[in-house]
Amino acid sequence: MKVLVPVKRVIDYNVKVRVKADGSGVDLANVKMSMNPFDEIAVEQAIRLREAGKADEVVAVSIGVKQSQETLRTALAMGADRAILVIAADDVHTDIEPLAVAKILKAIVDEEQPGIVLAGKQAIDNDMNATGQMLSALLGWSQGTFASELDVDGDSATVTREVDGGLQTIKVKMPAIITVDLRLNEPRYASLPNIMKAKKKPLDEKTAADYGVDVTPRLEIVGTTEPEARAAGIKVGSVDELVEKLKEAGAV
Amino acid sequence: MAVLLLAEVTDGELALDATAKAVTAAAKLGDVTALCAGANAAAAGEAAAKIEGVSKVLVAEDASLGHRLAEPTAALIASLAGDYEHIVAPATTDAKNVLPRVAALLDVMVISDVSGVVDGNTFERPIYAGNAIQTVKSSDSKKVVSFRTSTFDAAGEDGSASVETIGAAADPALSEWVEDKVAASDRPELTSAGVVVSGGRGVGSEESFALIETLADKLGAAVGASRAAVDSGYAPNDWQVGQTGKVVAPDLYVAVGISGAIQHLAGMKDSKIIVAINKDEEAPIFQVADFGLVADLFDAVPELTEKLG
Repeated sequence: MKVLVPVKRVIDYNVKVRVKADGSGVDLANVKMSMNPFDEIAVEQAIRLREAGKADEVVAVSIGVKQSQETLRTALAMGADRAILVIAADDVHTDIEPLAVAKILKAIVDEEQPGIVLAGKQAIDNDMNATGQMLSALLGWSQGTFASELDVDGDSATVTREVDGGLQTIKVKMPAIITVDLRLNEPRYASLPNIMKAKKKPLDEKTAADYGVDVTPRLEIVGTTEPEARAAGIKVGSVDELVEKLKEAGAV
Repeated sequence: MAVLLLAEVTDGELALDATAKAVTAAAKLGDVTALCAGANAAAAGEAAAKIEGVSKVLVAEDASLGHRLAEPTAALIASLAGDYEHIVAPATTDAKNVLPRVAALLDVMVISDVSGVVDGNTFERPIYAGNAIQTVKSSDSKKVVSFRTSTFDAAGEDGSASVETIGAAADPALSEWVEDKVAASDRPELTSAGVVVSGGRGVGSEESFALIETLADKLGAAVGASRAAVDSGYAPNDWQVGQTGKVVAPDLYVAVGISGAIQHLAGMKDSKIIVAINKDEEAPIFQVADFGLVADLFDAVPELTEKLG
């Protein structure tokens, strides 16, 4: 079985986000970029499936600007076997919408015929939480979102999902789209020898046009602003003072 | 302009708070029809009919709709979509599971976690863990939108909408429910509680989390946790507050032993009053706290519990 893992290049989760002065978005020029943390978990799970003998090939895909090949090299260094880069934008500030990403991924799935797609549940830039579900709809496949446990067994997979009330376990028919949550696994670090090896692994370069997908956004960005800052508070010196302040504020 | 709102129904029961908050947002877009779907949904439908701003309720009962599985629920909504310009829901994990699937079936973009309605096509939503607010204008003929419930007030309960029963769509039979693990609790629900007490990595163990729970019970509060506390196994996943957990905006939020990573702040910084207790005076949580107490939580929390009330 082949595993397909879409990975996204996003601003590193430790970097302080700055809104561009013209309101068009967040400043991404000369900012540290990394693989979306949820996608790292998906890559790790794909590699574990291969290590467990349940998968024989892990293919990483990234859709975006040319620089996304760095993200793919990270996936290859972690252990993915090969990569597909789909260039769909020139400007690093262009975010390809989940619907267009799902359409490109569908075309890749049609070509590659994976038995499972493992994706991050959301990207930490647009926080849309949509691509996996959309791909699943376009393919007419089953979906297991927000997975914290995954057990692939032949023609079905058991997925434990993190939901508002606690945990839900479902059984999905294969092939399936699984979107992964934080507690599925702890992604490995790429070792230096593996980083060197990754440079020689195959990386195909394609464009959105190769798959006949129109990536024109459906959502026009009208403006981007900083959220209102909270007014600075005070430090209290003791529990007594805290209780007093809370009573004054009518909070208790 | 007609709006179809997917009501939050769990095991036949309407989640009134989340649904009524989404109705407030949806009513800005047009006439609201609430869809209650489940193996049993009639009682939920009756409850939804009382929410002010709901003009009609559709009740769909079928075994395939019983456990909020995405595929049959999305198929049902897509089959109804022709009559509506907006398809909306509260931004719960169920809706986030279902709505993007609906949007793709309709070949439109989904707009998740909307915190403000500008007009029928234009919406505000937080991005980058709430570090920026983006206004987006949709060019799609249908808008599929989830609303962040913490930013809308719940609609009242004096309504009297008509209730109509409809059938389910054909079940794609792609997945089946196995089990739910839901902890029973007498505490208020996290996303609608007036007071939330949350613990972080500083709490140190699952056993010590009892300190947080005791304080919460004294305040009649819900219990929350940071990602670090959940990852470390101190607290269950459904207590997580933050970018990828729950978003809360209670009147009082007490953060104990939480450093205040941006991912956590994303889930609680709209709280009215924030109290932080942390022994590290440099912890970023103090930058958003109205009242900060630099202290060892193992001393301060029992003392606070005792001195309140």
